[in-house]
Amino acid sequence: MKFENFGLGIVKGLSVAIQYVWRHALVTQYPEQRLNISRRSRGNELVWSRERCTGCATCAKACPQGVIEIVTATDMTENKYKVETYRVDTGYCIQCGLCVEACPYDALFMGYSYERAKYRRAELVQTNDELLESPQRPVSGYFHPDIAKKLPKQTLLIEKIVEKRK
Amino acid sequence: MTTTQELTLKTEPFILNIGPMHPSTHGVFRMRATLDGEVVTDIEPVFGYLHRGIEKLAEERTYTGIIPFTDRLDYLSPMSNNLGYCLAVEKLAGVKVPERGEYIRIITAELQRLANHCVAIGAMFNDAGAYFTPFLYMFRNREKIYDLFDMLCGQRVTYNYMRIGGVSQDLPEEFLPAVAKFLPQLKKFLDEYEFFVKQNEVFVARSKGVGILSKELAINCGISGPVARASGIKHDLRRDDPYSIYDRFEFDIPTAENGDCFDRFYVRVQEMRQSVRILEQAIKQVPDGPFRANVPQVIHPPAGESYAHIESPKGELGYYIVSDGSIAPYRFHIRPTSLINLGALRNMVRGWKVADLIFIFGSIDITMGEVDR
Repeated sequence: MKFENFGLGIVKGLSVAIQYVWRHALVTQYPEQRLNISRRSRGNELVWSRERCTGCATCAKACPQGVIEIVTATDMTENKYKVETYRVDTGYCIQCGLCVEACPYDALFMGYSYERAKYRRAELVQTNDELLESPQRPVSGYFHPDIAKKLPKQTLLIEKIVEKRK
Repeated sequence: MTTTQELTLKTEPFILNIGPMHPSTHGVFRMRATLDGEVVTDIEPVFGYLHRGIEKLAEERTYTGIIPFTDRLDYLSPMSNNLGYCLAVEKLAGVKVPERGEYIRIITAELQRLANHCVAIGAMFNDAGAYFTPFLYMFRNREKIYDLFDMLCGQRVTYNYMRIGGVSQDLPEEFLPAVAKFLPQLKKFLDEYEFFVKQNEVFVARSKGVGILSKELAINCGISGPVARASGIKHDLRRDDPYSIYDRFEFDIPTAENGDCFDRFYVRVQEMRQSVRILEQAIKQVPDGPFRANVPQVIHPPAGESYAHIESPKGELGYYIVSDGSIAPYRFHIRPTSLINLGALRNMVRGWKVADLIFIFGSIDITMGEVDR
């Protein structure tokens, strides 16, 4: 085994390492400092709009995992289907977003929220009112460019992002 | 008398089981290595710990519904997997992709190649014993690429971005300026990385001449990608069988001659430079217009079969689809790069020590999601 230029590689490595002392850090101290997530973020929940939904079940057909369950009934007073049950088993959902893409009436959105872990498996199955939009369940701009424009701009690592910790 | 007895002791090969839960096996790969002292005489790879039956599951899904599953094959380069699958379906259904869609696909696929090689090189140094420093230098840059993908499609790993006939959503306004800003940073980083790693005595001593894969063996085993190019085979599907719009860009195919671990590292670094070159040309040429052909979400392609292959970051990735005219494929088969590249591992590691076995295995760059499917 030849050892030409022995020592040079180590000197080079150390010189690079020393340069990193003056560069800005890329990590953030998570619970205190937060970065803005993507405007098109596919968070871990689906948000459903009861007013716009017609119960056509296009989302259920588009779902590759088959986690969306819809039960409809004919409402004789109005000329439309009444959605009795809209149930999503979030535990089986793979957050692919195909249901949001398929919905012809803009009644389904990906969630913008994260940190929504649950303690029990049964709490992941969300039905009707649990799926509606609320302050804890904001709506993401995935496949809805008009919503995406209103959300804060995503922080990118290629820009200098980290503020001094207070 | 006692010394002669010791010398004529009966010895037998020692079988060492490595994996499936082992930090250096890149997933759930298991090797049964037969050792003579510390020298590896034979290994037997054992697969199947991550088998999810994606080929069978795909037979019950619509053509669009399979795209999220292709993300989960090679989870270090999902965009390339999406691209290969969409090309196969487009060939089957006769869909033409608009110009802007083609450019977006090329940009994402090349960014994905950069991200994949970041992991491949970083993990290779990890296996060589440079514990996590070169790995994190690479990951710092991969994270920048993942940020761009996050902006594009909303997730960092399973993108599900490409669709049959284009891509799912248009580029955000700030995407192309961000890529243009990222590329000089990456070039500067690659110079720096090569500067401190290429002449590092420990790395050179560990990698030069180790795990040589001869050209003949590489061809016989069907090896493709950077591993084959490091052995001197100038084969790249982007040049040899241009798919999408790769014939419009100028780029070189880096090759090396020795086929050892150092060459496999160096070919990957040079490939990253070529990807940067393609990206620099592509982001200047992106035209306006539609990004997606008017294809419904549920399609009925005519009965028949199609095969499309692309140069994924790891090598040749092929998708074979047989259609019977219904909404789901009759048969769906994947030509996985990682599994076929593993075929030469047994011949490459014979005669090397256990520490070299880990390093040679790391230099092939496999993903278990693709091996087991």
